[in-house]
Amino acid sequence: MSLKGKAAAVGIGELKPAKEPGDLTALGLMATVSAEAIADAGLEKKDIDGFLVGMPYADPGMIYPTSAAEVLGISPRMLNVVDIGGASPAGMIWRAAAAIDAGMCNAVLCVVADLNRAGDQRPPTVSTQREFEAPYGNIGANCGYALIARRHMYEYGTTAQQMAKVAVDQRANALKNPLATFNDRPLTIADVLNSRMIVDPLHLFEIVSPVSGGAAVIVASPEIAKRAKHPPVWLLGAGEYANHSTITYAPSLTTSPVKVAAEAAFKMAGLKPDDMDLVCPYDCYTITVIVTLEDAGFCKKGQGGPFVAEHDLTWKGDLPCNTHGGQLSFGQPGLAGGMSHVTEGIRQLMGRGGERQVKDAALGYVNGNGGIMSEQASLILERRS
Amino acid sequence: MSEYLKPLPKPTPTSRPFWEGARNHELKLQRCGNCSRFIYYPRDRCPNCFSDKLSWHPVSGRATLYSYTIVHRASARAFADPYVLAVVELEEGPRMTSNVEAPHDQLKVGMPLLVFFDDVALGHTLVKFKPA
Repeated sequence: MSLKGKAAAVGIGELKPAKEPGDLTALGLMATVSAEAIADAGLEKKDIDGFLVGMPYADPGMIYPTSAAEVLGISPRMLNVVDIGGASPAGMIWRAAAAIDAGMCNAVLCVVADLNRAGDQRPPTVSTQREFEAPYGNIGANCGYALIARRHMYEYGTTAQQMAKVAVDQRANALKNPLATFNDRPLTIADVLNSRMIVDPLHLFEIVSPVSGGAAVIVASPEIAKRAKHPPVWLLGAGEYANHSTITYAPSLTTSPVKVAAEAAFKMAGLKPDDMDLVCPYDCYTITVIVTLEDAGFCKKGQGGPFVAEHDLTWKGDLPCNTHGGQLSFGQPGLAGGMSHVTEGIRQLMGRGGERQVKDAALGYVNGNGGIMSEQASLILERRS
Repeated sequence: MSEYLKPLPKPTPTSRPFWEGARNHELKLQRCGNCSRFIYYPRDRCPNCFSDKLSWHPVSGRATLYSYTIVHRASARAFADPYVLAVVELEEGPRMTSNVEAPHDQLKVGMPLLVFFDDVALGHTLVKFKPA
């Protein structure tokens, strides 16, 4: 059993994130990006018979997929909320392919949107986290990633400069992306290290900014992919894994579930990290990229710091990484932040990267990460020439 | 005691012995009668072997600092002042999320720690650590 080549991404829709939500609504954003993605695929709304949706934190509800589908006016043969945090969008892609391969549906709309206001973090909704984390101030994601970064520095000698390099190179990419929230000026390593210390050792510019927005992807059967408007981007491999929720109780703070997810994805694809023309690893923080590249096998464990320092991660570099700017520069519109890695991988492989197009891009690695390196979904995508 | 605004634990039937122990300034953990592992946080079944033969035992309170962050700007307003959020590794094996009270420039991953009990509000005691 394999999903290799069983379905392809045929259309994308994505909005430039808004710093202030204003009059936007999550459902309105979903409708906008869904319409954009369906048109981008050269399909009509009636062609959509599968529906995977992320629950917006700004407007949640029980039995969510049907109520969102009703608003959009679609009648799916397969529908679900995918609820694995930032890994949800990547997780949607292989679930869509699996449903298509199983004959349940032919064209799946995968959509996420959310509104975000910077400010007080809500207390955890999970009872064990309210009881054993929140009283000590382990609220939100910042602390967990700072704990990972500190331990990574201790075990492997990773430096603040190396972590900062991720934000710097990705900003260079964002300068070529009109949709990025932060695309007005380049960053230097000094800029990052001089930005305010938030959760030592992580500085402000190493942490995503919450914004509002949405994104959608259409995953379709080979028959539909053949008549798509743009070159289809095929799913060659997928893997998913989780082994903790709160980082304190993870088997390791520094070796993440990406290892299992990425190994499975590369095995299914019959490819290895060296074969990839670009990578789109989830980047809620700088350390996330370093740990992901290590665990996905792009460098040896513990060498992620020197690796990002020695390689050019920009669109014209030797390892193009998050060519849309990453969420660090694109902004994090809730789950649509995670979708931005998926849409950018597809965009590049379709050859629609504009000024930041990676030359001859044929193969890409995308990773979605949820929680505190908790849920991982890895994808290998291909444009066939 | 001034008003305490930070979140407080709400014990469940599963966790009540842990928090009662803390109120009595005693650190107690569950131990699995089947695989012998100590467990944190409290469970109904051993997360390792899934046995339900769990019982409560006083433990040493000795730990090492596994990782930490100095939170200069917290995600929740109740935590206004900088604090040390830590993962500590208990001598008996399990890791715990806690706070370490120590001068920030003296914090080092791997340093030995000792438990102390912070009676933060009437009927509520948190389990925290300081340098041993």
